[in-house]
Amino acid sequence: MTAVRDALRRPASTAPLPGLPRLPVLWAGAGVAIVAVALTTGVLVGPVHVSLATVGEALLSPPFLRSQTGPEAGQVAILWSIRFPRVALGALVGALLATAGAAYQGVFRNPLADPYLLGAGAGAVLGATLAIVLSRGSPLVGSSLIPVAAFAGAAVAVGAAYILGRSLGDRRNPTTLVLAGVVIAAFLTAVQTYVQQSQTDSLRQVYSWILGRLVTAGWDTTATTLPYAVVGIGVVFAHRRLLDALAVGEEEVTSLGVSPRRVRLVVVAAATLCTGAAVAAAGAIGFVGIIVPHTVRLLLGTSYRVVLPMSTLLGAAFLVLADTAARTIAAPAEVPIAVITAMVGAPFFLVVMRSSRVSEL
Amino acid sequence: MREHLSAASAKLAARMGRTCALALLAGIACQSAPAASPSTGAGAFPLVIHQSGGAGVRLDHQPRRIVSLSPTATEMLFAIGAGKQVVAVDDQSTYPANAPVTKLNGFQPNVEAVAGYTPDLVVAAEDNGGLVAGLTALNVPALLEPAAKNLDDSYAQIRELGAATGHAAEAGSVVAKMRTDVAAVVGSVSKPARRISVYHELDDTYYSATSKTFVGQVYTLLGIQNIADRATGAAPDYPQLSSEFVVSSNPDLIVLADSKCCSQNLQTVAARPGWGAIAAVRGGQVVGVDDDIASHWGPRIVDFMRQIAPHVSQLERQAA
Repeated sequence: MTAVRDALRRPASTAPLPGLPRLPVLWAGAGVAIVAVALTTGVLVGPVHVSLATVGEALLSPPFLRSQTGPEAGQVAILWSIRFPRVALGALVGALLATAGAAYQGVFRNPLADPYLLGAGAGAVLGATLAIVLSRGSPLVGSSLIPVAAFAGAAVAVGAAYILGRSLGDRRNPTTLVLAGVVIAAFLTAVQTYVQQSQTDSLRQVYSWILGRLVTAGWDTTATTLPYAVVGIGVVFAHRRLLDALAVGEEEVTSLGVSPRRVRLVVVAAATLCTGAAVAAAGAIGFVGIIVPHTVRLLLGTSYRVVLPMSTLLGAAFLVLADTAARTIAAPAEVPIAVITAMVGAPFFLVVMRSSRVSEL
Repeated sequence: MREHLSAASAKLAARMGRTCALALLAGIACQSAPAASPSTGAGAFPLVIHQSGGAGVRLDHQPRRIVSLSPTATEMLFAIGAGKQVVAVDDQSTYPANAPVTKLNGFQPNVEAVAGYTPDLVVAAEDNGGLVAGLTALNVPALLEPAAKNLDDSYAQIRELGAATGHAAEAGSVVAKMRTDVAAVVGSVSKPARRISVYHELDDTYYSATSKTFVGQVYTLLGIQNIADRATGAAPDYPQLSSEFVVSSNPDLIVLADSKCCSQNLQTVAARPGWGAIAAVRGGQVVGVDDDIASHWGPRIVDFMRQIAPHVSQLERQAA
């Protein structure tokens, strides 16, 4: 955390590194506008048809301010108790995953880094699987335990990867940590597959969790996720200048009086917090953490002072729109949101890879 | 792996040979002989069972070492009196309690492990992992009894298992009793004054079953409307419904087939965001059923219907 304090203590007047612009007001405004459009679409469109007027009325009269009695009371209740929290949670999870992805890519200087790089995804899925399998038939636990187990799994996995990476030698080389993460992820995935296959009666529950749990979202999930988002995203943002310096080289960070290793540790910890919170709330949703930061880089350049906030905004917008598609295209049936993000994400990623600028990422 | 398999195959072939020799000594035809008309007992063998989409399954003698990899088939085999011939059932076969449960897995069957029980008949619901081909190579007859779409499918499967195990007459009476019981339950529910709607829940992420499924067809028989039918366009059998759709459909009856897997009940359902407004929740018409009974297509479907019918009658009285 010292790095955070150092970064925060640094006077705001410190000149930006040459050639690395601050976030232009125009782009920030455009990002906010895109989020607004996505949120509007998200609350207007759904399997239950609700008129624009009713949505407007609902927004102006939240149930905790005054109770509804009119003919639209049922629809207003549906909007407030089901659709609004789902849209809010979608935005939060999208922001978390995109921010975490951008942070990992910065720390490891690797365009393929995603929020699940260090085993957070595999750990979370294993944690959730164990919770589902072990709580089967027990009246006490059930679905409330699953997010906790997922979060713990993610934290344990990344912690293990970090310890393993350090024990493997060259502490200055982030590749060691990435490889340790790959090893941990492969191992945990194998354990998860074994547990899942030996408990076939829990199979569907495990799958429906992996494919995304926004379906059951309520305000309680949104509320429990929010603090993690504020802390995680806040810490990553506080390091945006240092990540820019890291992109130039470790010497650049050292010249600012900060240890590159400490920057890496703090940013990885914060990004893992983001990933863990997102996975615990919504399941392992892929591709958001890769395609959103890369889109921002392709359009707006590679400075983390631009990439991080814009990824947060566009990540929120992207996941809200993906979730709107997930609950509308087959309405009233749901399409797993992970299917939507991957279907959009895979072709998109091909375009990113074909682009010549991939070498600069 | 190949060595293991061929060793098992050789052992099995040797045993099959011995069984065949014994059958010859006992004066029972071991080869040829046309498929006899289905009757009860060992005298009906050898026979050939023709399954749709597959070659005929030849049974040279009455099976004495049956392995069931399907929980529903296990229930059917015991119901028709073939339980004594069953030597092993898969890990999901929970009923009846005296079924010889093993670690065999029906979703990812291991042919070698199945062959280890030296079966003379294997019954499965699905041909996963090259099961049928593997067993055929070992000369073990394999019957597939896939998930039934309706009661007639279920009756046909019971009869087929009856013929295959030498219990055709018992199978016939099980089917006859099921028909009578189903008719009695359906008769106990009067014609509804208005359409009663049901939401059948498979897990706590709102997976449901439409009328095109076996369990869904039961609701059709009871004259109830299934809210999941609105989703058949996207997922004909088991769609995942949106929470807001379930709430706005306002079902009169909620059947929880996830009472065991996911510990769901009236309280947990009422606590879901927005669900407290649903008629079934307000009226307390939320029924927890045994997950297994509701997902199998065997004789116990009658128990399921008996559990649902009183709620339907109650709702109809309220509606009248």
